[in-house]
Amino acid sequence: MSDEAKTSLNRREFFSFLSVGWITFGAATAGMASLIFRFLYPNVVFEPAMDFVAGFSADYPDGVDERWKNGFGVWIYKKDGRLVAMSNICTHLGCIPTWLPAESKFKCPCHGSGYYPSGINFEGPAPRPLERFKIYRNPEGKIIVDKTKVFRYEKGEWNNDGAFIEV
Amino acid sequence: MIKEAINFLAAPVYSFSIFCGLFFLAMKRMDIVGTKKFGIGLLVFTLVTFAWMVADPIFFSIISLPDNIPIIILNALVIWSTWFALYKGHQNDLRIEAGESPLEGSPENREKVWAWPNLVYTELFAGIVCTVFLVVWAIFFKAPLEEPANPTWAPNPAKAPWYFLGLQEMLVYFDPWMAGVVLPGIIIVGLIAIPFIDVNPKGNGYFTFRERKFAISAFVFGWLALWVYLIQVGTFLRGPNWTFYGPFEVWDFHKVVAENNINLSEIVWIKFMNTSLPKNIFVREFFGVVAVFIYLFALVPLITKKWGKTYLEKMGAIRYYLMIFLVLSMMSLPIKMYLRWFFNLKYLVAMPEFELNL
Repeated sequence: MSDEAKTSLNRREFFSFLSVGWITFGAATAGMASLIFRFLYPNVVFEPAMDFVAGFSADYPDGVDERWKNGFGVWIYKKDGRLVAMSNICTHLGCIPTWLPAESKFKCPCHGSGYYPSGINFEGPAPRPLERFKIYRNPEGKIIVDKTKVFRYEKGEWNNDGAFIEV
Repeated sequence: MIKEAINFLAAPVYSFSIFCGLFFLAMKRMDIVGTKKFGIGLLVFTLVTFAWMVADPIFFSIISLPDNIPIIILNALVIWSTWFALYKGHQNDLRIEAGESPLEGSPENREKVWAWPNLVYTELFAGIVCTVFLVVWAIFFKAPLEEPANPTWAPNPAKAPWYFLGLQEMLVYFDPWMAGVVLPGIIIVGLIAIPFIDVNPKGNGYFTFRERKFAISAFVFGWLALWVYLIQVGTFLRGPNWTFYGPFEVWDFHKVVAENNINLSEIVWIKFMNTSLPKNIFVREFFGVVAVFIYLFALVPLITKKWGKTYLEKMGAIRYYLMIFLVLSMMSLPIKMYLRWFFNLKYLVAMPEFELNL
């Protein structure tokens, strides 16, 4: 063989180089992807749990109760023998409305959407009422609010099982 | 007394109408607006009024917020550059009318100079001045930092950065999908498309108003009335709960504004026909859908017949209809604002089931 032939690859060598290159690249990409995937499941989550124990229904007076708002983002609303858990996310663009006891309404500080205590929208641009969370009693009779299940008024879900508890 | 009147007139429905009226008056009477006398008069009037307003403690407390100072600067720059361009355009219009070439085309202005050093030195100097200005500003006005973010609490009022307050004000009248995604998208794409749609060679390299009346009026209307004006309202006139407050009004947390917004479907079915809303959402929203279609499509031939024939011939069909679409999208904002103010209309088409509200 001459020296010239050494400097170029034949077909077989070219393909073996190519496969080594691709396998390396694929392995590196997969490793990177696995790191990203691991990143989605952190060891510690500094967020409130999606469900929580909210005490007994007798703890709540009629009307809007704010005790879980800062910890879990939930308002408890009791009226006409029904107790419901309301999301505190404005349905317009996701701000946090303020409960105004004097005016008896929720009012969003971002674009001025207003809601009745029941969560029905009446003011500003909010297109639909505040969402409600699943609420039920555990065997001890304590209230559990489960934020993974949402009930939407415009879909007619507020009378479904789990959207409220009788008190 | 005057302050109460100003507070009253500052309400969006009045101030926006007054602003638009003055704007169209200015576009009609360029022979007055485009003179030096008018410019000086405007400057004196603005300075005197501003000094008088700043003397009010409430107004001063609003405008001296660190977030709001850039908007005062913005106002000064916008008024100055708008008037200056119109003034230059008017000067050239007079020259063109007299049969002369525009000022920029006169022999002494056609003389060519080197970019280096003439332009580069100017740019370097401007860069240094801007840096010094920003450093001094950063030293004198601290960044308005707040406490760490909390997902279950929002400041009241919660305001976007000042350059987005126009968008935030727009969101008061629209669904987030429209005012947050669709309309800003149309604004950006539309601005990119302007050089391809507007192929009028007049005004290339020189200021003019009369030769491109429609183009300038439409653009400046969108810029001043629908962007800058809304930034003013969002910055200075929106207080706690995004309630409207006049410039001399205390931001009383408990100010109650009677407002009960309803959808077009509720107006038609409940108010006019005295029945309940139909169960089928497409029947329910039929009238709103029809109204939107009429606005976007059926109006176009009428507009073309009345104003657009010459444009259609000059621009060609594709450019012309794109332009009409952009103008109609732009005008949907003031139309929606007036519908809200006059009829408490929330949405023309309200389909929260599909997250679609127009």
